[in-house]
Amino acid sequence: MNVEPTVRVEDKLYYNRYLVDVGRPHVTVRAHTTPSPQLLALLNACPARCYELNDNGQVEVTVDGCIECGTCRVIAEPTGDIKWSYPRGGYGVLFKFG
Amino acid sequence: MIEERFDAIVVGAGMAGNAAALTMAKRGMKVLQLERGEYPGSKNVQGAILYADMMEKLVPEFREEAPLERHLVEQRFWMMDDRSHVGMHYRSDDFNEERPNRYTIIRAQFDKWFSSKVREAGATVLCETTVTELVRDDRERIVGVRTDRRDGEIRADVVVLAEGVNGLLGTRAGLRSRPKPDNVALAVKEMHFLPRETIEARFNLKGDEGVVIEAAGTISRGMTGMGFIYANKECISLGIGCLVADFQRTAQTPYGMLDHFKQHPSVAPLIAGSEVKEYAAHLIPEGGYKAIPQLYGEGWVVVGDAAQLNNAIHREGSNLAMTSGRIAAEAIAKVKSRREPMTATNLSLYKKMLDESFVIKDLKKYKDMPMLMHTYSQNFFLTYPQLISKALQNFVRVDGTPKVEKEKATLKSFVKARSWTGLFADACRFTRAWR
Repeated sequence: MNVEPTVRVEDKLYYNRYLVDVGRPHVTVRAHTTPSPQLLALLNACPARCYELNDNGQVEVTVDGCIECGTCRVIAEPTGDIKWSYPRGGYGVLFKFG
Repeated sequence: MIEERFDAIVVGAGMAGNAAALTMAKRGMKVLQLERGEYPGSKNVQGAILYADMMEKLVPEFREEAPLERHLVEQRFWMMDDRSHVGMHYRSDDFNEERPNRYTIIRAQFDKWFSSKVREAGATVLCETTVTELVRDDRERIVGVRTDRRDGEIRADVVVLAEGVNGLLGTRAGLRSRPKPDNVALAVKEMHFLPRETIEARFNLKGDEGVVIEAAGTISRGMTGMGFIYANKECISLGIGCLVADFQRTAQTPYGMLDHFKQHPSVAPLIAGSEVKEYAAHLIPEGGYKAIPQLYGEGWVVVGDAAQLNNAIHREGSNLAMTSGRIAAEAIAKVKSRREPMTATNLSLYKKMLDESFVIKDLKKYKDMPMLMHTYSQNFFLTYPQLISKALQNFVRVDGTPKVEKEKATLKSFVKARSWTGLFADACRFTRAWR
């Protein structure tokens, strides 16, 4: 039933074109010791798998592969767990087909 | 700071924003359109189907100029379980008409062309510019925008918010609330490239004929969601979407569902041997009529996905976006032609005109459907597809069992799964929400 372990999102992201705004991530996670249920939900819900657990069990975000859908904003911005903006003009994902 | 003052600023260069900017520019207004992407379309994602009637109202000659893929001659609905699908197809040669009704398009290409029409009409289009904030005066009226460009404050009489489903400006300014997990679906999509002849053979097409397949059932694993497969000229758009609230609840992954959908025995042969060239994700407003926010205020209007104007039942969104953009622009132009200020009272004309259009009438018709589909998603997306598939297999498989016994078994499986009262209640609920 579950095919997830075999799906490599990284491979999918390689198809896309990005202009990464180095050093200026447009999404940040609030510092925490134990992740909230909303933050944990992002581990699975993010279609680019930008959210991962670090060795200390905290949720970290890497925005380089972000496709700017806003799912994490809808789930975790209201609780203050993340801060969400759009990338600066011209940066981020650049769809060829969209 | 750009010292010029504009009649209107349009935020976003998607369907709604382009429709609004074009309409106002054509009426002689001084329009500035701001787009955060590298070019108009580079941030936009859709399946995508273009509805000709609504497009024709904006650019009558679009069929000769716009990058279109295929005109649709066939629509398929698939109800799927894990190994089969029950299908309804409608195909008609009537759709091979001189002015076809629906087309598949590729948004990045189409939007670039659409934007060229906006420029031709005289609007100023500024790309690679993210609007960061709305500017208010001391009486709390919206009087312009601030951007991420240096000294980026620009003023106008009215701001048209065409910023899409995840628009930050309107929510940050408190003009409407942030989309909620049960009001938006997350869809993921891949572009599968194949030779033209292969696509035409697999989908039974000739020339520029096209097909869409809309699929629902166990592919969404009991969540409220749908899959789609659209045939373009040399590629296939394939995707699946479910409510964000369901993703949050079930811990399913969007890419896991997409790959599961691709491996389904009814889907896999259509894309076999294809080369994937893009993976995209996008939110879709699914809240319907009840989720529509305040549409206008002092110095602003909101259009398209940002206003949750999407008909999830009929899979119509971009036509509601362009229609709301056009109507908002017409209302603004009317207020301006009377030389009146862009107050909430005057801009309420937009809502009045939109209420009289198919946009609000259609959304009102289905106002109870989103809630129904969400609340009973297990029944509608898991139980019934499985029951119906089993019933049909039972019906077509010839194995020496008398037909009377087969029918009894089928009926029994329905009653066992949902009970008589359950079946009756589901039918009533569905009928009530549909009409």
